[in-house]
Amino acid sequence: MARVGAVIVGVAVLAAVFGPWLAPYDPAAQELALRLEGPTGLHWFGLDELGRDIFARILSGARISLLVGLVVVGVSSTIGILLGSVAGYVGGRIDEVISRAIDILLAFPGLLLAIAMVAVLGPSLTNVVLALSLIGWVGYARLVRGQVLRSREFDFVQAARALGATTPRILARHIIPTTLPAVSVQATLGMGGAILAEAALSFLGLGVQPPTPSWGTMLNYGRGHLLDAPHLTVFPGLAIAILVLGFNFLGDGLRDALDPATRGRRT
Amino acid sequence: MLRYLARRLLLTIPVLLGVVTLVFSLIHFIPGDPAQAMLGETAAQEDVDALRQRLGLDRPLLEQYGSYVRELLRGDLGTSLRTSQSVTEAIVERLPATLELAAAAMLVSIGFSIPLGIVAAVRRGTVVDHAATTLALLGISIPNFWLGPLLALVFAVELGWLPVSGRGTVAHLVLPAISLGAALAAILARMTRASLLEELREPYVQAARARGASRGRAVMRHAFRNSLIPVVTLVGLQFGAVLTGAIITETIFAWPGIGRLLIQSIGFRDYPLVQGCILFIAVTYVGMNLLTDLIYGVLDPRIRYE
Repeated sequence: MARVGAVIVGVAVLAAVFGPWLAPYDPAAQELALRLEGPTGLHWFGLDELGRDIFARILSGARISLLVGLVVVGVSSTIGILLGSVAGYVGGRIDEVISRAIDILLAFPGLLLAIAMVAVLGPSLTNVVLALSLIGWVGYARLVRGQVLRSREFDFVQAARALGATTPRILARHIIPTTLPAVSVQATLGMGGAILAEAALSFLGLGVQPPTPSWGTMLNYGRGHLLDAPHLTVFPGLAIAILVLGFNFLGDGLRDALDPATRGRRT
Repeated sequence: MLRYLARRLLLTIPVLLGVVTLVFSLIHFIPGDPAQAMLGETAAQEDVDALRQRLGLDRPLLEQYGSYVRELLRGDLGTSLRTSQSVTEAIVERLPATLELAAAAMLVSIGFSIPLGIVAAVRRGTVVDHAATTLALLGISIPNFWLGPLLALVFAVELGWLPVSGRGTVAHLVLPAISLGAALAAILARMTRASLLEELREPYVQAARARGASRGRAVMRHAFRNSLIPVVTLVGLQFGAVLTGAIITETIFAWPGIGRLLIQSIGFRDYPLVQGCILFIAVTYVGMNLLTDLIYGVLDPRIRYE
């Protein structure tokens, strides 16, 4: 399954990078006379309400989805690793403050807080990325804190401390590397989560704004044409589901490969 | 048990305070003048000033916070800018619809996932198991904002079996409940399978078999009962996801619940109503998590003594 996931993600990355050259049409070009036309030999996924080629827009949307996923996962995992490792290693008051912040943010269902933030900041791609990153770090921080609490007792960490290594050095050279396998699994699954969250926000009209092609926004517009042009709903949704499935397959496979305890017994 | 209960309740207080503070501060994150943002760029200055005064935005921040908390404690969530209705009343009016949808979605997901998880665990490694786990993974990956319209397309538009939107009869509930419950069903099926597999390895299950219990009895009477502990916990913890999912499902199916109210109020920049809905959903989520922990404490005595 992990291989299937890798292939799906690989194809999506290729589509995102080479999309503009692969797409048979400009994603913004309009053929109003053919608006809402279903799939044909010329327009594989049909045309939308403004006569734009849906296949070209899906290729272009892959770029937005992957970009959101990468930035959100990059920012939130960096913040999460830093705060989680400091909380776990230093302990005391700092741990208290960080842990309470984690508790409070975890008290909100993730998407709700993102909706709240985008509602006040205004709908845009930047605000979606900002909101998802500010919420996403919590999961990484909690994971890393737990890992650090365990690994700070390892002999090699004690040895580094005895040799006079500074706290930042111990964290950077010895502690944080031990957390990376678990973080990489979470990051892979987090890519799927971020892509899904961006699509959900865009679907609700709170995310990427037209004319930028986002899969969620395309689905939102498709809703109004469920009766006369269902292809507007089918293809963007299929793209989201397949890409998220790809990241989930990959994340599950990575977890099995990195954690000997779960190897051979899928959960 | 009482000590566990008291400790768990005490731990909830700072979390609730944090949630209230965060929701209060939302309005202050609005870029520029919040009153102007609510009324729009073309609003007259005197209207903006009047709104600022009405919302208390002209007072010092701490004073605003103090009065926000005091009003909350009296059950007053403010007044809708658009309809002048009390936010608490607006939420209470929509609450039955959201609860009905959430309960139906949970029922659908539990009814589907537990048998699926059991079959996958008992027939581990077979085609049935692979099919069940793939189905579960599909359920997690398919977004409800796609599944909802697809279900509507097939069962309402093409087949005409069920209504496409609105609330009223049981038929109206079917598509929204399936659409909202599918992801939870997938997660629960995976957890049931994993948890039952763990229990099936335990010596007491082998002992039951050795004493002559049939395979079915060993699974259902012994292993399955114990495997339910993490599943019950997950059901409670996932309630928040169901509430958030309801925001999307209610929007798709024009279901008159709190989620739809939230999205509509965002569209109208009715921030007191936005704050009220968010606070209500978050506090319900915290309450459900607390309840789940308490039930977990009752089900598994080891937790209480940790």
